[in-house]
Parts: sequence; structure tokens; C-alpha cells
Amino acid sequence: MTLARPFRALPAATPQILTFALVLFANWLVFPDFFDLRLQDGRLFGSLIDVLNRGAPVAILAIGMTLVIATKGVDLSVGAVMAIAGAVAATLAADGHSLPVIVLAALAVGLACGLWNGILVAVLDIQPIIATLILMVTGRGIAQLVTEGQIVTFTHEGLIAVAGASLLGLPMPVVIAFALAGLAAALVRFTALGLLIEAIGINRTAATYAGVDSRSVLIAAYAVSGLGAAVAGLIAASDIRGADANNAGLWLELDAILAVVVGGTSLFGGRFSILLSLVGAFVIQAMNTGILLSGYPPEMNLIVKATVIVLILIVQSPAASRMKTFLRPPESRR
Amino acid sequence: MIRKTLLAGVALAAGLMAAGAAGAADLTIGFSQIGSESGWRAAETTVSKMEAEKRGIDLKIADAQQKQENQIKAIRSFIAQGVDAIFLAPVVATGWDSVLEEAKDAEIPVVLLDRTIDTKDDSLYLTAVTSDTVYEGRVAGEWLAKTVGDKDCKIVELQGTVGSSPAINRKKGFDEAIAAHSNLSIVRSQTGDFTRTKGKEVMESFIKAENGGKDICAVYAHNDDMQIGAIQAIKEAGLKPGTDILLVSIDAVPDIFKAMAEGEANATVELTPNMAGPAFDAVIAFKENGTVPPKWIQTESKLYLPDTAQAEYERRKDLGY
Repeated sequence: MTLARPFRALPAATPQILTFALVLFANWLVFPDFFDLRLQDGRLFGSLIDVLNRGAPVAILAIGMTLVIATKGVDLSVGAVMAIAGAVAATLAADGHSLPVIVLAALAVGLACGLWNGILVAVLDIQPIIATLILMVTGRGIAQLVTEGQIVTFTHEGLIAVAGASLLGLPMPVVIAFALAGLAAALVRFTALGLLIEAIGINRTAATYAGVDSRSVLIAAYAVSGLGAAVAGLIAASDIRGADANNAGLWLELDAILAVVVGGTSLFGGRFSILLSLVGAFVIQAMNTGILLSGYPPEMNLIVKATVIVLILIVQSPAASRMKTFLRPPESRR
Repeated sequence: MIRKTLLAGVALAAGLMAAGAAGAADLTIGFSQIGSESGWRAAETTVSKMEAEKRGIDLKIADAQQKQENQIKAIRSFIAQGVDAIFLAPVVATGWDSVLEEAKDAEIPVVLLDRTIDTKDDSLYLTAVTSDTVYEGRVAGEWLAKTVGDKDCKIVELQGTVGSSPAINRKKGFDEAIAAHSNLSIVRSQTGDFTRTKGKEVMESFIKAENGGKDICAVYAHNDDMQIGAIQAIKEAGLKPGTDILLVSIDAVPDIFKAMAEGEANATVELTPNMAGPAFDAVIAFKENGTVPPKWIQTESKLYLPDTAQAEYERRKDLGY
């Protein structure tokens, strides 16, 4: 009993943290230098940093996606919004505008996209999967219009620093991802906002009757998702010093949804955790990096990825947790 | 209404055919282009227009937006207009037989550009102008073998999209070229999906996996965009691209010439956007003298080195890549 108590007191985050540790361990098995870190030009350099750095865009997308999914919605447009924001940023950078102008313009575009989705869902009552599908399809076209079908490249020091600079040795995208996640988590947990989102996700009609302004909260959730996508788009453009409207953020909406699911947020709305979605995003990236380091032939990439994801989802499934309860010694069962 | 348009089209066609016999300068050619999905494709469209203008040919371009049905519609409309020849950059390999038979019945020669089709009846098209992607890989491999000489060289490879024909063929050609040199070996090979972002991410992991990049002697990328991503990854690892690590890639887009001019890349093999030029020449020769061209016109896969990089960059930057 004394042994079982701390075990039982483990936070709800256990499966996600454990999964992350296991994936990192697997990476260490295929590549023994995985945890090696060194300082390179004032910036930490190593595979672990790659995981955080490459995972940052999806992590940022996952923040907004978590809120949207918590309202029982989904935002398929984030990848396309990334492309639009990146295209706008790169075009302005190529024209020599200052960094604040570029960032504000990109964020404004992301916000506008988010509001559009939010209004379709909250005001016109269109199903979220359809409402956001519209922008997913047209968004990439809009981005191509902005870049005129070319890869717009720039040498703008300010914009390059968005992904290229570092703070305390950590690459800037990682810092941005953690800062935004912390901010969003604080906002929803230290105010009633989180409660309202959960209420809408569980039953929008009931929440509305109970006095929740569900329309505004829904629009806000999609707006946050759009803003997050714009930040991710800025990072993606800054990283390659150019905007590739065809490929920027391509399929990342699916990675973001997966990150949210791996993080334990229910697709049926109501139960969510922003910080665990962040862990989910890094689990996915750790897996990608591990596959790249392993030296398997590229034909295996998707199979390995799918197998690992199936395993993760099985471990986290309700059936598996019932099994755990069943296997526990009887006196410690609740 | 439709019938009227068709009749008008046929009448116009007859008129045009009579005029067509007058000479090459009066040729009207319809070009069913796939779309503008990549910079290269946009450049191909631009260059086609320039080449047509040079020869005084009236080129009508129909953008199919990546859809075969649009291409079939475009071909039917070209037949109705009675053009002198039809150029087709087929979006997929199959399903062209019936529409090309219509063109054949109308005695309009069809030239395939950039890609070929699967058909049992190769009389359906006059000729195909394409690049030999296996050969492109071989040119890259031979350049590397010559440059490295007798030294041992560990190569990492950034492949194109898994299963795509340029990725398969460019790998094959390169492998063939280095097979005879036992000092050259590919130690790592991963897909970068032909994009800059993935090229950079994959290169970052290659660098970690190969002793901080110190063991890597050369990078072979199946396209320039991945190579540009790789260059950034190499720089961020504190190594000098082009000096510490040799870089060879394929396509010859303007940005790789910029990198070469700055000494950050070593060689690129051109996939020429000028597929239409040789096709125009073949059609003119066929119309004027009845010269039947070979079934396959292979475009040149030219190797470009840093010495001409600056000039090539200036020449290409406005082609719409």
C-alpha cells in the first residue's frame, strides 16, 4: 500500500512522458551519440536539439489545435495558413521591410484566416472539418498567388534570426514554442477560459444555455490556431530563407492533430492539455529524427512511423488502461 | 450552339491547314502544359514562349492545372481549331490513346514534352522530347569521381520523393557512375522529398550521424532545392559547404548558381527547361521536308561549374523559376 501510493499519485501525464522517454531511448539504441551536445557558434548542437528545433513548428501548431479540438472542432487549414504567412513574410522581406512590419503582417494574415474559420464554424454553424477544409485547399493557392508560383528567397537579417538566432544556447523556434505554450497554458488554466472551452466541447448547447458566450469562445479558439500557424509559417520561411508555397507546412495539420491525440486530448472535445500536446509534437519529431539517424532505407520511413504510432495509441487506449487496472494487485485497485 | 462552334472550328481548321502549307513562319501550335506546380515548370512555359517567338510560331498554351481531363479537353479544342501540331506534357502516363487517335485522324502531329506516355501504338505521337534522368545521375557521378580522384570519399545522398521516377532514375545513374570506383561509397541515403525544408532536416541528421559532418566527403542531391537546404545545414554545423564537403546536384535552378558563385556548391547538372525548342525544330522539319524525327529526342544534360555561375544566374533569374 505504501508502495502503491506514490505510484497512484503519478500525474495524468505519465503515458506521454513515458512514451517520449521510450522514443528517445530507442533513438539512443539506433544511434549511440544521440544525447551528445556541444556548443557551435554559441548555439547548442546535437540530435536532441534537432528534435526540439524541428519539432517546434508542429508544437506551435499543436497549441492552437489543442484548443480547437477541445471545443470538439478541428482545424485542417493550419498547414496552408503557414504557407500564406510564410509567403507574405518572405515577400515583404524581399522588399526590404523591417522585422516588426513583417511579423505583424504575417500575424495579421494568420489572425484573419483564423477569424474566417471561426466565423464559418461559430456563426454559420458549418462543421469544422468542412469549414477549415475550404481554407486548407484555397490557402495554398493564395500563398502561390502571393509568391507568384516561385520560391521567394530573401537575405533579410531580421527575418533569418527568427529561426536562426538562439537564446541561452537554445534555437529561437524552441524558445518561441515553449514561451507560447506556457502563455497559452497559463491563460486557459489561471482564468475561466479553459473551463469554458471544455464546457463547449462537452456540450455546446448546454454551455450556451448555462450562459457561456460560446460563439466568441469558438471564434477565439480558431483565431489562436490561425495565429499559431502564422508563427509556425514565419519560422518555416526563416529556416530556409525563403517561402515555398507548394511545400511549406504541407501535411503538418495532420502532424499537429496527431500531436494533440498523442498528448491525450480527446477528439470528442472537453478534455485537453496544451503542455502534453507539446510533448506529443516532440514525440513525433523524435521519431522522425530517429528514423533519419537510423540509416534505414527511406522506403521504410512511413512503415516505421506508422508502427510506432499504433503502439503509442494502443498503450494510451482506454482498453489498455483497463488492462492495467486489472493486472494491479487487488488491494491497490480503486 | 455547340454544333455551330464545332462547324466554325472545322471551317477554321480547313482554312488554317491551307495557310499552314505556306511555311514555318505561319505555324500554329497548341501546347497542353501540366500546370505551374514547380519553378521548373514555370520556366519551361516561359522558355517555350520565347522559343516560339524566335521562330515566329503562334503558340497557344493551355494550363491544365494538374488534371488529365483538362489536358484532354485542351487537345480536343486544339484539334477543333485545326492547329498544325500539338505539344503535350502529359500529367500521367496512361489514358491518352483515344484522344491521340482523334488527333491522328485529324492528321495533326503530337509531340510529347518532358514526360512520356504508356501506349501500345507509338504512331500516336511524332516524337518525345525528354531528358534522360538516368543519364543526369550518371553525369553527376562521373563529375564527382573525376573531382575526387583516388581519395576515399564517403557520399551522402538526398533522394527525391520515394517512388517517383526522377528519384529512382537519378539514383540509378549515379550508382552506375560510381560503381567502377571502389574509393567512392554512399554511406547514407534518405529522402528529402525534393524540398528545401526536408533537405535541411535530413542533412542535419546526416551530419550528426557522420561524426559532426567530418566524415562526409560529398553530398549528392537529386535536386537543387534539397541541396540549398543542405548547404544551410552544413553552415550551421560550422563547416564550409563547397570546401569541406563537395556538393553536386541536379536541375540547375537559379538559386544553386547563386550558391556556386559564392563558392558554396560545386556542380549542378541541368534539366533544361527548353524542351519546346527541339520540338519546334522537329515539327518544322517534318512539315517542310517531311523529315520524320526519331521517336525520342534526348535533351542535353549539361554540367555547370562555378566558373560560369554568375553569368548563368543572371541569365536564368527572370525565366520564372
